[in-house]
Amino acid sequence: MTAITDRQKLAYANAQAADGRVNVEIETDEGMTLNMGPQHPATHGTLRIVAKLDGEQVISCEPIMGYMHRGYEKLVEVRTYPQINTLVNRIDWLGSFANEVPFILASEKLMDIEAPPRAQWIRTVLFEMSRLANVSLFLGDMALQLGALTPAFFAFRDREHVLNQIEAATGGRFHPNFDRIGGLKDDLPKGWIADTKKAMQKMRTFCDEIEDLIMGNEIFEARCRGVGVIPGEIAQLYGMTGSNLRASGVDWDLRRDQPVGLAWNEVDWKVWTHPDGDSFARYWVRLQETREATKIIDQLLDGLPAGPVMAKVPRIIKVPAGEAWVSTENPLGEMGYYVVSKGDLGPFRVKIRSASFNNIHIVPWVMRGVYVPDVITILASLYFILGDIDR
Amino acid sequence: MTAIVLSYWQQTGIKVGLTLLLIPVGALILGWTFLLKMMSHMQSRLGPMDAGPHGVLQLVADGVKFIQKEDIFPDRADRRVFALAPFVILMSTFLLYLVVPVGPDLVAEDFSTGIFFALAVSSLSVIGILMAGWASANKYSLMGGVRAAGQLIAYELPLVLAVVGVVIQAQSLNLSDIVRAQANGEIFGISFLGNPFVITQIVGFLVFLAAVQAELTQTPFDMPVAESEIVGGYQVEYTGFRFLAFFMGEFGTAFAFAGIAATLFLGGWAVPGVDPDSNVMNVLGPIALFVKVMFVSFLIFWFRFTYPRFREDQLQKFAWTILIPISLVNILVTMVLKVAF
Repeated sequence: MTAITDRQKLAYANAQAADGRVNVEIETDEGMTLNMGPQHPATHGTLRIVAKLDGEQVISCEPIMGYMHRGYEKLVEVRTYPQINTLVNRIDWLGSFANEVPFILASEKLMDIEAPPRAQWIRTVLFEMSRLANVSLFLGDMALQLGALTPAFFAFRDREHVLNQIEAATGGRFHPNFDRIGGLKDDLPKGWIADTKKAMQKMRTFCDEIEDLIMGNEIFEARCRGVGVIPGEIAQLYGMTGSNLRASGVDWDLRRDQPVGLAWNEVDWKVWTHPDGDSFARYWVRLQETREATKIIDQLLDGLPAGPVMAKVPRIIKVPAGEAWVSTENPLGEMGYYVVSKGDLGPFRVKIRSASFNNIHIVPWVMRGVYVPDVITILASLYFILGDIDR
Repeated sequence: MTAIVLSYWQQTGIKVGLTLLLIPVGALILGWTFLLKMMSHMQSRLGPMDAGPHGVLQLVADGVKFIQKEDIFPDRADRRVFALAPFVILMSTFLLYLVVPVGPDLVAEDFSTGIFFALAVSSLSVIGILMAGWASANKYSLMGGVRAAGQLIAYELPLVLAVVGVVIQAQSLNLSDIVRAQANGEIFGISFLGNPFVITQIVGFLVFLAAVQAELTQTPFDMPVAESEIVGGYQVEYTGFRFLAFFMGEFGTAFAFAGIAATLFLGGWAVPGVDPDSNVMNVLGPIALFVKVMFVSFLIFWFRFTYPRFREDQLQKFAWTILIPISLVNILVTMVLKVAF
């Protein structure tokens, strides 16, 4: 039993007071304050948005996060490196494998181990597949938030092809836990490459379907065009990353700009940007990126090098003292781990930079003056995963 | 054979009983066929399959479930208004059913101004929705209720204007007469089909369908109940059988409006090639009307499952700048042609 320090008591009291303050504002403020969440269908998780309204127009709004805080940064301090892998899987639960990669890379950097090329290529393939699993759901979900029911089911249906392939290779649909320091747990199973190529074909068909069904729809355009415009400079100021930033016209993609040993630069692909910065642009960029990901996977599978999938690593992993920062371009944006090791079985401290946490900070800026229905459009188009916000 | 003579209260009892029976039956038929099955197949999934063969009893099971649920009143709700609201909506649905003829002799009340009556009572549901929205003491409910009121009033106009063309052509406000006018009519001397007004009044038909879609608060006009924004709008605080009443009101009204659309534009209970006033039509008529109702409902639900929803301002703009001018032009053209031919 650990004694609670005064500082912890104070922090607890402060948190309670902050919560109470918001509730008091809701009760007593002039005008109408609309409390959306923590349980609200549009936040697909437990994000709370307190919006002051004038009629249906939002005067100001504030996102309140932390309802799903799971204390990962603290938890990893009492775990060993292989155990942490399982834990960080759950941060962005739709693109699990992509969460493992930067942490493993940071650990490898500290241990000065390089995974063999085949492992790096398979990592890239699985990384892009988790992007597909993540973003394809967005393509359906955004339409669902705008009231179209059917695309969501199409997304769930076709995402299954990708999840099946991830399961075939790793044994886990959602949380593969497949990455190891120094390589991968296993090689790919027999026949997997051909099956995956078929699945990629299906994903491209899905993209075409979505483009037919949604992008050309007048109502969808009317709801999205010019709604939630974020200029590139503002997006950068708020630390937005990923597709949200690219939709604001900033040509910035860590996969291309920051080589971390994975195989993106070995294949031919394109970083899509859109100059508008509105909700439609964010949807469009993600759709193109889904297509691009299928192409990346196809090319990687064609050129997969032979060899082992695991480098020589000691049986008990002890990471030498030091600090390392590695970030990658995850489905939601830049995700990075700052690992501080003191030479133990587990890290001394890990700072997790997750994409959604930073992407959501633009909400008060972008929501001023929009209508209540647009709040949903903008939230949906910013695309966050609550696990990625609260960690 | 001697005619069976029934006293006034017996007749009224039978009429009311049958009409009351029709609402849940219609709601169940539409709910199962379209909401459960058609939507599932459009979305490449099966839908509920376990209750009864192919899941036919799913909605009955759901209904039983709803009745078992606790009837919750919010703390600050206006209890009487809150309790009454769903039944005001059901009443409007019930009144709609009264005037739709299903055969030459099968009509609950054959008003000489039937269509006028139908359109008038259909807007009664606004009162129920506003009551529900206000009495729930919930901001989402209130927003939903106010949105619904604005929308239903805005779309009442194109609904009425779309019907005017039909009335001009049929020269009657009586729904049975409108059916006969279509069955006995001819288009440029071609008379084997009669003259279903969907051909000459295609613009009116489309405007009517769009307005019906909005009156039923179905996607793309489902802003008042938008689940992803205001979490069901005016229905958000309702549980148990009151929620069931809302459900029945929505789908029962869809059934009734499909019936009215079929009567106005698709020839109602008439079947081409059969004398509309022969006695056999009292059996054939309901079947014919049912087929047509299912067709119109199919259109309504097809739109519902395909489109995203409009925003409130876009929705109003659509009514006032597109639907109403179009239907006014339609009336004008119909009048000119009616005088010319």
